[in-house]
Amino acid sequence: MNSATTATAVFGSEVNTSKKRMPFSRFVPLLLMVGPVILWLLIFVAAPLLYIFVISFMKKGIYGGVVVSLNFENYLRIFDPLYLRIFLVSIIIATATTVLCLILGYPFAYIIARASDRNKNILLSLIMLPFWTNSLIRTYGWIILLRTNGTFNTLLVSTHLISQPLQMLYTNGAVMVGMVYTLFPFMVLPLYSSLEKLDRSLLEAANDLGATPRRAFLRVTLPLTVPGIFAGCIQVFIPTLGYFFISDLLGGGNSILVGNLIRNQFLAARDWPFGAALSILLIVFTIVLMRVYKHFGGSLENIT
Amino acid sequence: MNIHNKRLNKFLSAAFVTLIYIFLYLPIAIIVFFSFNSSKLNVVFQGFTLQWYGVMFQNGDLMSALKNTAIVAVSSVVISVFIGTLAAIGMFRYEFKGKSIVDSFLYIPIVIPEIVMGISLLAFYHILSISLGILTLILAHVTFSMPYVVVTVRSRLSGYDMSLEEAAMDLGATRMHTLTRITLPIIAPGILAGAMLALTLSLDDVIVSFFTTGVDSVTLPIYIFNKVKTGVSPDINALITVIILVTLLVMLLMRTFDARTSKKEQA
Repeated sequence: MNSATTATAVFGSEVNTSKKRMPFSRFVPLLLMVGPVILWLLIFVAAPLLYIFVISFMKKGIYGGVVVSLNFENYLRIFDPLYLRIFLVSIIIATATTVLCLILGYPFAYIIARASDRNKNILLSLIMLPFWTNSLIRTYGWIILLRTNGTFNTLLVSTHLISQPLQMLYTNGAVMVGMVYTLFPFMVLPLYSSLEKLDRSLLEAANDLGATPRRAFLRVTLPLTVPGIFAGCIQVFIPTLGYFFISDLLGGGNSILVGNLIRNQFLAARDWPFGAALSILLIVFTIVLMRVYKHFGGSLENIT
Repeated sequence: MNIHNKRLNKFLSAAFVTLIYIFLYLPIAIIVFFSFNSSKLNVVFQGFTLQWYGVMFQNGDLMSALKNTAIVAVSSVVISVFIGTLAAIGMFRYEFKGKSIVDSFLYIPIVIPEIVMGISLLAFYHILSISLGILTLILAHVTFSMPYVVVTVRSRLSGYDMSLEEAAMDLGATRMHTLTRITLPIIAPGILAGAMLALTLSLDDVIVSFFTTGVDSVTLPIYIFNKVKTGVSPDINALITVIILVTLLVMLLMRTFDARTSKKEQA
């Protein structure tokens, strides 16, 4: 027994043993350790997604159920101008959110990455801290600030900068503020880790070779942090399409994004097949973006 | 670059970083501020009061939402950390066929939009006739946090010296003994990091919860979501303030704990 366990321990650290038949004494612990996760993923990720895929080809029943059939109608409906407009608006808002996050996030991450070790830790914790308060609660904070009789308007009116309260809440602008606010850390963290990993000696070399700081940034820092930029952009862009509660609360009824549309199909309209088709489209879109990201040298490990 | 320029640069960086932090903390600060407001509306500050910190305990719905949030968070963290850590160790230690498939499979819940996960679970529960409630909520939370636990624990394992296990087993320790006395204590910081991440994800989730919760298992964010349209009373602000204080305290404790262990490692 003793020698057998030693042998497995030694084998375990070897890289290529897959060709050999796995000994029983290794197979059982492996199954016990990795099995639960695989089972869980099959039941709660693979099966539900497969089910969504299947019902996206079905038809809506009269009372909101699903009627078995095979057609592509749900996918064709997406090309209805009404829905195309929603897609267009969503993509515009998601793009604008991503760009704003990047413009604000890059210098921010850059400054933090350059800070002393002690300050770095404090500054990073300060970004993570708001995360511990639920994002919906923070969105509610924005409502207090932005509404017609809210904090900003009260301040602006009392200082006579404006005479009438402005309509800030329930606009696309408010939705953008909420999105940028909520997703900003998702942009900063990958940017920070790519800037942190950057080899300082490369910049010194650029400097020694006579490059101005500006040129060194454009030719060294920026290209080397492209994977971080991509990772951040993906992590902001994709969620923005689905964050229905932000456009619900800050956009009122004025702003319907893909996320709201999907939500409505599953709750209000009870048209699950159409909602499923929209979700599949969102997944395909995600996969395409991930492919592009990987193509440009990004790794999945940065997307966590 | 002359000194004057450098100073200006430093000043601008500090100002920019400060502005960003103001942006990040403003909505939280305003909620805390209005928790001390004597008016029932979160509009104008009328006067200082602490009454809402008492009133909140009488709000039965609010308290049950808090209880549900805690139950879901704790159970989903325990389950996902247990299953996730086992898998991380197993995947670190063994090579097996299909490992890379499991690996990319793990990233699906991380990558797909939350809304897709939410509605797919909703539809799945529906076809199996599982009625929505606290159980469906816990299962959903485990589903989205477990992959993060696996990834976090595994990344901490990468520096782990396998020969310690071999030594223990050579000295006659059983497999179980080796796991509990050698492996687990060494990777404890990784497990803690995974648990904290799972806790954060569970507390921060809105979208998946929205689709997988039932009427009798409303959590805090869902409760507030339902209330925002009719008006949020200040006792909710008070409760949020208490929660923020508690998380702040936990974070500080973690930091001192972290500083102590890293000091020990250096010594």
